[in-house]
Amino acid sequence: MAKKQLVSVKVNGHEREAAVEPRLLLVHFIRESLQLTGTHIGCDTSHCGACTVVLNGKTVKSCTMFAVQADGAEILTVEGLASASGQLHALQEGFKQEHGLQCGFCTPGMLMSSFALLHNNPNPSEEEIRRGISGNLCRCTGYQNIVGAVQYAAAKMAKTESEANVAEGVAK
Amino acid sequence: MIPPAFEYLRPNTIPEAITLLQQHGEDAKILSGGQSLIPMMKLRIARPGYLIDINRISGLSYIKEEGGFLKIGGLTREAELEASLLIRSKYPILIDTTHVIADPQVRNLATVAGNLAHGDPANDHPATMLALGAQVVATGSGGERAIAIEEFFLSLFSTALQPGEILTEIRIPVPAARSGGAYFKLERKVGDFATAAVAAQVTLDANGVVQKVGIGLTNVGPTPIKAKKAEDFLRGKKLDQVNIRQAAQLAGDEAQPSSDLRGPAEYKKGLIKELAKRALARAAERAGT
Ligand SMILES: Cc1cc2nc3c(=O)[nH]c(=O)nc-3n(C[C@H](O)[C@H](O)[C@H](O)COP(=O)(O)OP(=O)(O)OC[C@H]3O[C@@H](n4cnc5c(N)ncnc54)[C@H](O)[C@@H]3O)c2cc1C
Ligand code: FES
Ligand code: FES
Repeated sequence: MAKKQLVSVKVNGHEREAAVEPRLLLVHFIRESLQLTGTHIGCDTSHCGACTVVLNGKTVKSCTMFAVQADGAEILTVEGLASASGQLHALQEGFKQEHGLQCGFCTPGMLMSSFALLHNNPNPSEEEIRRGISGNLCRCTGYQNIVGAVQYAAAKMAKTESEANVAEGVAK
Repeated sequence: MIPPAFEYLRPNTIPEAITLLQQHGEDAKILSGGQSLIPMMKLRIARPGYLIDINRISGLSYIKEEGGFLKIGGLTREAELEASLLIRSKYPILIDTTHVIADPQVRNLATVAGNLAHGDPANDHPATMLALGAQVVATGSGGERAIAIEEFFLSLFSTALQPGEILTEIRIPVPAARSGGAYFKLERKVGDFATAAVAAQVTLDANGVVQKVGIGLTNVGPTPIKAKKAEDFLRGKKLDQVNIRQAAQLAGDEAQPSSDLRGPAEYKKGLIKELAKRALARAAERAGT
């Protein structure tokens, strides 16, 4: 067995560290070493996107990366979306309101891909949303309501932002 | 799926990486985006004893024009290519290509260099680079050497790179005025490898006569294929419908597909013919016939 290596990451704002074998996949590190089981393993063959996390601002499939590669990285998982007080992120609210999930297995990955999409493009077209989630498979919804959920979140985030701007007296 | 154990090494410079590659020889593999290598390790098709992670080497991520070439760094990701304004404005064929590779998560990690170095005829960049007449720069203990892309793909998963070499740059000649290119791929679903695909790049003279032409074929043989007969046919001719149709027929004849899950060989030949027609027509349009 290859010797263990120390991996330090900042996950959802918290510094975490563990000594792991180099062959440990990032998804197993997240689920088992860090006990954050919101990130799912769907296919384990790099196709379904259920294991998607945001790493240094970009979505990656955590089943297709070794934990040692993430050393020093900032990671956002589905557990990090809601506020500390438990208030849902606009996307989570959108998935709930628009029935963006059925069995929910793909949802953590869908949320992370949508999160990165809205971060880069706060007002995506339907086509851009579909392309943004094209690395995430859903066997239940037929995607229609997922697209609706992302649109809901985009609208809500834009509204919250414009209200915040008004409150601050910022002319936009 | 858990890959076999390996030792993980993370050099910070190219010379360090080369030293490690030399030390561990055939038992070492370079890890860049990992989007081909890690799946293969999980399936235990690849079992390197040492993984040399080049991702922390700085200065290998760039897209720039310099000295008559478009230069793409050895660690440039598909997502960076797709977002580049230079590529968007001047190299639509590269946008066509990266656009149909895998999915957003894979494109965030996968590198253009890795796409070539992997030597997989199903990958999309090889055909495009054949059409563009690219060179790849291999850096080893003896320094750099440039390899013409036509001489790069030796056989299935095998390239002209030596075990101690790193692909550090891709060079594409900056196209002359009145040039255009396009990549057309048929895939079963988003993120799938090509059933077949065709890249075409042309340069026309003032009369619309073909000066330079490159045609590359994806996933219809043990290596990516340069459709030389179709190219030879087109050189010196007008890129009109009749000639495009004839060249597309030749390209179809040059394909050597095998029947598999994605379809029978005859179908794929037909597909190459149709995709070549479309790619050449789009290339002509972009060149401004
Ligand atoms: C779900 C999925 C779908 C995909 N679909 C497509 C598709 O449609 N079209 C397509 O073209 N590709 C596709 N790919 C492959 C993807 O684009 C690969 O990532 C790419 O082919 C390899 O790039 P990489 O940087 O990930 O290389 P790695 O996986 O890190 O390496 C691949 C090989 O190249 C070697 N290597 C890598 N970089 C260098 C270098 N700089 N110098 C020397 N050797 C090097 C490695 O040692 C290894 O042998 C897909 C991958 C996945 C997971
Ligand atoms: S579990 Fe990672 S892509 Fe399916
Ligand atoms: S909700 Fe069941 S897979 Fe998407």
